[in-house]
Amino acid sequence: MARAESLRIVHLDSFTAVYHRSSGITHLITAPAPEILATLGEAGMTFAALTERLATDYDLGDLDADALAARLDELVASGLVSAA
Amino acid sequence: MRHVFSVRIGPIGFRIGSDWRAPIAQMESLYTDYPGPHDGVPDFNVRLFAARPWRRVIRPSVMIGGDFVLPEAAPLPLAQGLLAAEMGMNLQMALGQRRYLLLHASVVERDGRALVMTGMSGAGKSTLAALLGTRGWRLMGDEFALLDPATGLIHAFPRLISLKNAAIGVAEAAVPDGVFGPLLPGTPKGDIRHLVPNAAAIAGMDRAADPALILFPRFGFEAAERYVAPSEVFVRLTQASTNYVAMGERGFDALTRLVTTVPARAIDYPDTDRALAQVEALWRDL
Repeated sequence: MARAESLRIVHLDSFTAVYHRSSGITHLITAPAPEILATLGEAGMTFAALTERLATDYDLGDLDADALAARLDELVASGLVSAA
Repeated sequence: MRHVFSVRIGPIGFRIGSDWRAPIAQMESLYTDYPGPHDGVPDFNVRLFAARPWRRVIRPSVMIGGDFVLPEAAPLPLAQGLLAAEMGMNLQMALGQRRYLLLHASVVERDGRALVMTGMSGAGKSTLAALLGTRGWRLMGDEFALLDPATGLIHAFPRLISLKNAAIGVAEAAVPDGVFGPLLPGTPKGDIRHLVPNAAAIAGMDRAADPALILFPRFGFEAAERYVAPSEVFVRLTQASTNYVAMGERGFDALTRLVTTVPARAIDYPDTDRALAQVEALWRDL
């Protein structure tokens, strides 16, 4: 999940600036990371549900599972997303 | 300390104490038209002192101290005491300022709107600001733009304009009636000479302005101009800010607001006349 209260998200252009309140670190992210953060929300969801929602809500249908898993791992490593 | 001088530059009050009279006398002369700190209380203190008592007189060298210090700062010869005072004031701002997001930039204003110029040392931002200040613009500062997170406005910080090396001759020719400080040869940054901001800059220093254009000038290339995307402006301005990290979320909000609402251009220029024409053309097209 991506806790909304811990993040300030501002869309700049093809990049999105994210301020992580817990660490005070600013991140610049690009597709599909902003879409992942928006979709996960606070409740969080399973990997399969995330893949499906990204494919329907955004034009990210060509995103394969391996690539999505890699992006998700990066977001977890950055602290922006927490794994269940 | 033996010798003391207080001054207000824009919203910021300083008190400079010194073991020697000379740097204080120079500041009194160059800042003669500036007010004192609000209610007489400075925001920051700077101390110019001798590392050892005998260093006051024997090969006198000036250590820079104050509320905020860099532990490894090297002393300057007494002949460069004015530079030491200016460096000490900049240091207090860079390390201690928390009310405004500081952008390492020069700023000029016209019709209540601010042009913010930032770039590497030597890009010409001080020179361009000094020249624009004589051609219908109000100089707001040549070193720091003070971005107010609460309002999004830029506040003026018109300290002495620090001209370096070739920029000294350019400014002396372009501002023949300007009040200049002493030439300081052989400083760590080469030759330095300070130019006193003109009367309009000093009289207007309490007027904030709405940022209208962010410019990244670069001297020494054929004239060219390009659009700069908000994300690039954001990254470059975080690097150009001395207190972005310390400001936390307020800094993030102030900077994202700035870069998403104010257009930005990069210009290359071969000489200052060309740069001034480029600036005027960009300003007309806003």
